[in-house]
Amino acid sequence: MAKKPQIAADTRPWREPGAKPFVRIRNVTKKFGDIAAVNDVSLDIYKGELFCLLGGSGSGKSTLLRMLAGFEEPTAGTIEIDGQNMAGVPPYRRPVNMMFQSYALFPHMTVEQNVAYGLKRDRLPPAELAARVTELLQLVKLQDYRTRKPNQLSGGQRQRVALARALAKRPKLLLLDEPLGALDKKLREETQFELVKIQETLGVTFIVVTHDQEEAMSLATRIGVMNQGEIAMIGEPTEIYEYPNSRFVANFIGSANMFEGVVTEDEPDHVRIRSADLGSDIYVDHGVDCAPDQILWWAIRPEKIRLTRDKPAAESGIPADANVLKGFVEDIAYLGDMTVYQVRLENGKYMRVTKANALRGDPDAISWDESVWASWAGSSGSVLVS
Amino acid sequence: MTATALPAAAPRRPWTLLRRWLAAVGLSGRALVIAAPALWLTLFFLIPLGIVLQVSLSESAIAIPPYLPLITSELGTVQMTLHLSNFIRLFQDKLYILAYLNSIKIAAISTIFALLIGYPIAYFIARSSDRWRNVLLMLIILPFWSSFLLRVYAWIGFLKNEGVINNFLEWTGLIHAPIPMIQTDFAVYVGIVYTYLPFMILPLYTNLVKLDESLLEASADLGARPIRTFLSITLPLSIPGIVAGSMLVFIPAIGEFVIPSLLGGPGTLMIGRVLFDEFFSNRDWPMASALAFAMLLVVVVPIMVMQSAQSAVVTRK
Repeated sequence: MAKKPQIAADTRPWREPGAKPFVRIRNVTKKFGDIAAVNDVSLDIYKGELFCLLGGSGSGKSTLLRMLAGFEEPTAGTIEIDGQNMAGVPPYRRPVNMMFQSYALFPHMTVEQNVAYGLKRDRLPPAELAARVTELLQLVKLQDYRTRKPNQLSGGQRQRVALARALAKRPKLLLLDEPLGALDKKLREETQFELVKIQETLGVTFIVVTHDQEEAMSLATRIGVMNQGEIAMIGEPTEIYEYPNSRFVANFIGSANMFEGVVTEDEPDHVRIRSADLGSDIYVDHGVDCAPDQILWWAIRPEKIRLTRDKPAAESGIPADANVLKGFVEDIAYLGDMTVYQVRLENGKYMRVTKANALRGDPDAISWDESVWASWAGSSGSVLVS
Repeated sequence: MTATALPAAAPRRPWTLLRRWLAAVGLSGRALVIAAPALWLTLFFLIPLGIVLQVSLSESAIAIPPYLPLITSELGTVQMTLHLSNFIRLFQDKLYILAYLNSIKIAAISTIFALLIGYPIAYFIARSSDRWRNVLLMLIILPFWSSFLLRVYAWIGFLKNEGVINNFLEWTGLIHAPIPMIQTDFAVYVGIVYTYLPFMILPLYTNLVKLDESLLEASADLGARPIRTFLSITLPLSIPGIVAGSMLVFIPAIGEFVIPSLLGGPGTLMIGRVLFDEFFSNRDWPMASALAFAMLLVVVVPIMVMQSAQSAVVTRK
């Protein structure tokens, strides 16, 4: 195997202000009739990245990908790939290959012919072509299936043929449209790691479109969350999850308990929020860019809330009347690795709390119809102003 | 077992009795479904074919009907005489062989032209937007709402020496004497291609409309220009449509009678016309039957060749 190339995940070029992006999307808008599928999107993607475009259906992520491949022309804005403006460049002249959601394998060709298709267009000498095809089939572990037709393959095998075919021309940029969408859960998890391994081995820049947040989290160096044709947030998986910038992102990625509140104390080192929605004061141990009396939202992930039978002692620095709340366990979902508690608060609202099942068959676990105290640290939640 | 409980509840339905009665004779619903078209084919194809074969093997005579019976009984002996002379004459008389060859030639060339004209039309319809697609398909089918004979007659008006085309060309000054078009092979080609074009377009359309557009995109994405994509992806995947369309044009074109008689000249030798002449002018029913039977063979062979080609394509996929 070749030396592991320096990949974007190690160097994080997006954190360096002067780094030159490989793909530069500037104010791109795509309208179908009056409807803007993609609305004024700007995005920089760096060499060697595995960038995930994450969004629900109709969020414009696929349209953006199709514009990169050249199947759609932007209504406005520019796309540059490797310093070259792509306006008016047809798909067959772009240094880009795409792996289609449906795989789009040619049904009348064998696995081998499918993989060789792009290479033949480059008029490669036959010996070199055969060597490349063999190499690619080895990469995706399909050496024994050379002469099969696509309809004689399983879903996972077809997916790998599609990947081999897309990689055949050694593109600088590979676009993947829901690459794992058609696979079942088990196979998907295995393939995820394989995909990352191949990407790191070859050092190709990947842009992956997906609606599956788990897939995006495990694959990506960075994620671009899309909503209604616009980029809602760009960031590394941990940033997206732990520091969402809006209610949409907090809700879309993972699950979050969201409560509306009003700022009562706005200090440089802490903020206090009064929330009738929650029924308690929230103490946030860092400054927030907001004004007193401003309405904002506070989101907390279910796993960041502690549940105890007795009222916990106040943490140092946190006022005794904040960040703690009485509740009643109304429902429990046991998922094996963790348990989800549906806690009814005193004001009738619900809070979702999860707890890892670290102890095997814990007899002392909190059960149905118990009165509990929910508490959290000053840094656990996110304060959202939009 | 529950089977014993069933008959008690079953007779409530009126057809249960019928079904049980049929089952007693060994007939199931499935057998009946298959039997219906089989009965139809037997009554209206196999039996008439048998009669044609029988007539073709008998001797012509001036009588009503104008042939002698195959089986004669005389003095207690039953005698069957098979006259193969008609079939032998098919090979001896150059007229028949020429007519067959010419029919195949005209049908083949017409099929190729219908394909060359029909393919782009079918492709265009399949690629047009949903809204236009139905309108365009309607326009393809629309001519069928008028009489076939009328449409062929209309072509006479177009092609004749003082017809629309010649008049127009003379008016523009491109020609000074009319181009003879009517009563030529050219007119027959025009007539056949025009008449059978929808039969080429419709199966091609149904094939092309199913073509997954992402395959074309994948091809472009892998560096193929549009022409390469057409030759490597669209064309091979549309072979079943091409075969079906060609069969639907070629087979009826071989036996075509109306178009060569109305548009063709005396030199346009086609088997349909020869058949007609044998039957109605010569009143030689046995010869006409032999011709008809031989034509069937001529048509069946290409069908079988094409069908095996098509099944080969299907299994290759």
